[in-house]
Amino acid sequence: MPALFPESASTMASRVDALYFFLIAVAVFFSVLIAGLIVYFAVRYRRRTPEGVGVNIHGGLLLEIAWTVIPALIAAVIFVWGASVFFAMSRPPDETLNIYVVGKQWMWKFQHLDGQREINELHVPVGRAVKLIMTSEDVIHDVFVPAFRVKADVLPGRYTNIWFQATKPGRYHLFCAEYCGTRHSGMIGEVIVMEPSEYEAWLSGSRVEGSLASTGEKLFQDLACITCHRADTQGRGPVLQGLFGKTVQLQGGETVVADEAYIRESILRPAAKITAGYQPIMPTFQGLISEEQLLELVEYVKSLNTQQSPAK
Amino acid sequence: MRTLVLPPHHYLNDGYGIKSWLLTRDHKRIALLYLAAITFFFFLGGSFAVLIRLELVTPPGDLVSDETYNKLFTMHGVIMVFFFLIPSIPSTLGNFLVPLMIGAKDLAFPKLNLASWYIYVLGGLFTIYALVTGGVDTGWTFYTPYSTVSSTTSVIPAAMGIFITGFSSILTGLNFIVTIHRMRAPGMTWFRMPLFLWSIYATSLIMVLGTPVLAITMLLVAAERVLHFGFFDPALGGDPVLFQHLFWFYSHPAVYIMVLPSMGVVSEIVAAFCRKQIFGYKFVAFASMAIAVLGFLVWGHHLYVAGESVYAAMIFSALSFMVAIPSAVKVFNWTATMYKGSISWKTPMLYAMGFIGLFTIGGLTGLFIAAVGFDVHVTDTYFIIAHFHYIMVGGALMGYLGGLHYWWPKISGRLYPESLAKLSAGIIFLGFNLTFFPQFILGYLGMPRRYHAYPPEFQVLNVLSSAGASILGVGYLIPMAYLMWSLRYGKIAGANPWGASGLEWTTTSPPPTENFAETPIVTEEPYTYPLRAEAHLG
Amino acid sequence: MAEIVHPSPALAHQFDNLEQQKEASTLGMWVFLTTEVLFFGGLFVTYCIYRLWYPAAFAAGSREMLIWAGATNTAVLITSSLTMALAVHAAQTGNRRLLMSFLIVTMLLGCVFLGIKAFEYHTEFAEHHVPGAAFEFQPQALRQNAQLFFSLYFVMTGLHALHMIIGLGLMSFMLWWAWNGTITKEYYNPIEVSGLYWHFVDIVWIFLFPLLYLIGRHV
Repeated sequence: MPALFPESASTMASRVDALYFFLIAVAVFFSVLIAGLIVYFAVRYRRRTPEGVGVNIHGGLLLEIAWTVIPALIAAVIFVWGASVFFAMSRPPDETLNIYVVGKQWMWKFQHLDGQREINELHVPVGRAVKLIMTSEDVIHDVFVPAFRVKADVLPGRYTNIWFQATKPGRYHLFCAEYCGTRHSGMIGEVIVMEPSEYEAWLSGSRVEGSLASTGEKLFQDLACITCHRADTQGRGPVLQGLFGKTVQLQGGETVVADEAYIRESILRPAAKITAGYQPIMPTFQGLISEEQLLELVEYVKSLNTQQSPAK
Repeated sequence: MRTLVLPPHHYLNDGYGIKSWLLTRDHKRIALLYLAAITFFFFLGGSFAVLIRLELVTPPGDLVSDETYNKLFTMHGVIMVFFFLIPSIPSTLGNFLVPLMIGAKDLAFPKLNLASWYIYVLGGLFTIYALVTGGVDTGWTFYTPYSTVSSTTSVIPAAMGIFITGFSSILTGLNFIVTIHRMRAPGMTWFRMPLFLWSIYATSLIMVLGTPVLAITMLLVAAERVLHFGFFDPALGGDPVLFQHLFWFYSHPAVYIMVLPSMGVVSEIVAAFCRKQIFGYKFVAFASMAIAVLGFLVWGHHLYVAGESVYAAMIFSALSFMVAIPSAVKVFNWTATMYKGSISWKTPMLYAMGFIGLFTIGGLTGLFIAAVGFDVHVTDTYFIIAHFHYIMVGGALMGYLGGLHYWWPKISGRLYPESLAKLSAGIIFLGFNLTFFPQFILGYLGMPRRYHAYPPEFQVLNVLSSAGASILGVGYLIPMAYLMWSLRYGKIAGANPWGASGLEWTTTSPPPTENFAETPIVTEEPYTYPLRAEAHLG
Repeated sequence: MAEIVHPSPALAHQFDNLEQQKEASTLGMWVFLTTEVLFFGGLFVTYCIYRLWYPAAFAAGSREMLIWAGATNTAVLITSSLTMALAVHAAQTGNRRLLMSFLIVTMLLGCVFLGIKAFEYHTEFAEHHVPGAAFEFQPQALRQNAQLFFSLYFVMTGLHALHMIIGLGLMSFMLWWAWNGTITKEYYNPIEVSGLYWHFVDIVWIFLFPLLYLIGRHV
């Protein structure tokens, strides 16, 4: 006998399962009702003489109203239930452990904030909310962890995220769920959920060349970003200290929130959104830096919010 | 009982040469041209399904290479959707029956009708060209940027095949709309029309309004791929998800192009084999229109996990639940029609009952995946595959086969062997459920779709599914054989073998080229039983 | 059946009378034009989204358009719609010579439009404004997003031009039918229906011109 239900290993799993059981109950009830009626009528009212005709019944308004309104009410319940689960899925808690994900044909690359890098394996601690910030180097991919009941497309040119909180240590399937070419079914991996202490041991046991933000800082200097984006207000480009999460006033009066996507776009297509008071002089870095380097830069800009002394 | 004979003059013996078929403007002959073409594509698409199911018997990818597997499911999807399901009922039964049911001599534009068939065939040739030049591996959805920059296969010929066939669909829809508006016989008011016509009318609206959006989308993909123009390319600031919006704006309503005509067929069959008026005629008719309209507003439910905003997902979810209501209304009305009917267990009725049951399951699982929080887990898994096969195979195809059996005596003038037909209907029903029911479970377990190889714990359910598919395959071959056989050896049917109401049963079987000896005058509502004496004519 | 005597040689076998035939073909054209609206609609939606996202690049793209050419073409097409309407009127009143002359003028105006459009394409080609590897655009910073503008420009105007060419083909048929006497005072519906098509193609341009040439030009 094969398993009929997948493993439940996240806080979301039980919520999705509860909805699933309710939906099954609704489906079984109506399927059995309709099938039962059809079979019963087919037998009870089977044609007995070749000339037999049915009783002339036009319809009934009450019945029509009943079987319009009752399904509509049931649908409304399912809608609200499904929507509330989805809200929970799309609203991560404030404090999350952030991990960057880059998908490419046909592998998953994970970057931890402390600098650990993994391919097709993701180590996370149990009992802590984890947020994956994801992008793709080529075509559309999709991170899917059935045991967690979470899934989201990983798009080129954009950041998407999902979050989960694992409840049970173990190894769980990670699938690419958006068709991405020849070895799509080989773009699989494992999420390894560990007890916090084991996780700490794993983190410190991995070889690291410096945190993501520090790699980003080095890149920031190597690419000479620092010449214009200075910590004081004398630079030719906007100050980046304290930028992340703020609302930026743009030329033309519009505003934009400085999130990961905005920073990414500003590096790749600087002219798309010009900060008020600055000239569109920044060159594009499209094609010059990889998605992973972009993430390092983004993380560096984010880190400038918390650093006391600006980077030199 | 007097012996029945074929009428001396009918559309099948009005000319015999190949020219009399390839240059015909008779809607009935064009329907048969379509029937031949879509049957070819059905078995072609089916053969890919056989290979897919064979590959999935074992967890590792061992029968075909991953490249080949990807091409198999792509070609299965492209051919079944665009070259079988979408044209299936409208261009065969619809073509044959629309003029007969409204009491007209032909469709409004017979030459355009023939041109539609040639356009369809041309599109089909492009697709076959794509096939013989190595196939396509994008999936039938052609998602960018994979289809524009990544795939190295014959994307352009396949996209052009779909583009061209789209025009066949548009022109067929146009023809039906004009015919139903302008060519109805005296007395045939809108509410005296058989429900099949209502559903064909609703379908035609979708064809005319949706297909052009698919056409332009395919054109943009081609321009991006060939000319390196930018529309969806993230490197230029384009948005690959915009493609998905445009694609599903057509391709979701396309589902209703497939299933609405089947619903119409089922209404006809249930009325005829219960010898009873359809319960709540107007509700069923308006439900078709409601589905056609609402169907255009739900495309975003294909993008819950594609970076769509939370609120957009909510709105599309709510609308998706709304489109379920008219479908539910139809199911209840069909069931109620059977109450106190005089139910004959002939083959078409078996298919209709099968349709209602399977469509109910398909529709109810539609509620599952309309709920956003649930869909996140099962989208892009086998749950979706199972759901839409319940709608498209359990629903649309069952309806098509039911309709084909119901009107076969009218089309061919002959009867098929009834007990063999009942047997194969049973085989199809069983095979279908065995194939697709395990896939619901597989999907919830997390098996992603379009996977060439899969983890071993999914094997048992996959083997069950493949076993079902082999039964299903046999089930489809039997009708093919006995329907062909009956063309020559079947018993003569007579004008109205089922004792059914409807204008199409008042003319001879097969009908004459001009359909009716004189223009019929309609004086009563559809599905009026017992039949008046003159409707029994032989 | 072949023996049935038709009241008019123009009446097709499936219709009961000319009135029904006329209503059917007019409705048919309207339905077809609805399809066309959705066909161009997909492009307009794409355009609107990207214009909203990248106003600066689209404004810069608009400034590269040859405004005199677009304006002239707008005038040419509006005039051709007038001559088309006059052609329909001439057909209604059964004035064959006038009908033929107006058809010819309409077609000439259509050709002028296409000629000017071809000149524009040539200019844009010479300036490397055709998207792809050779695409160039100043300011350099807007180069990527401007490619979206020019991609849309070429596809939208290209499909419009294709519709013009089909329209010219249709008009040639009408001219032939007017010349050989198929078109009569009683049976002028083909002219009317082709006129509907011609006006539709004009209206598409009336939308294309401001979207591509005018909006954002002076930003």
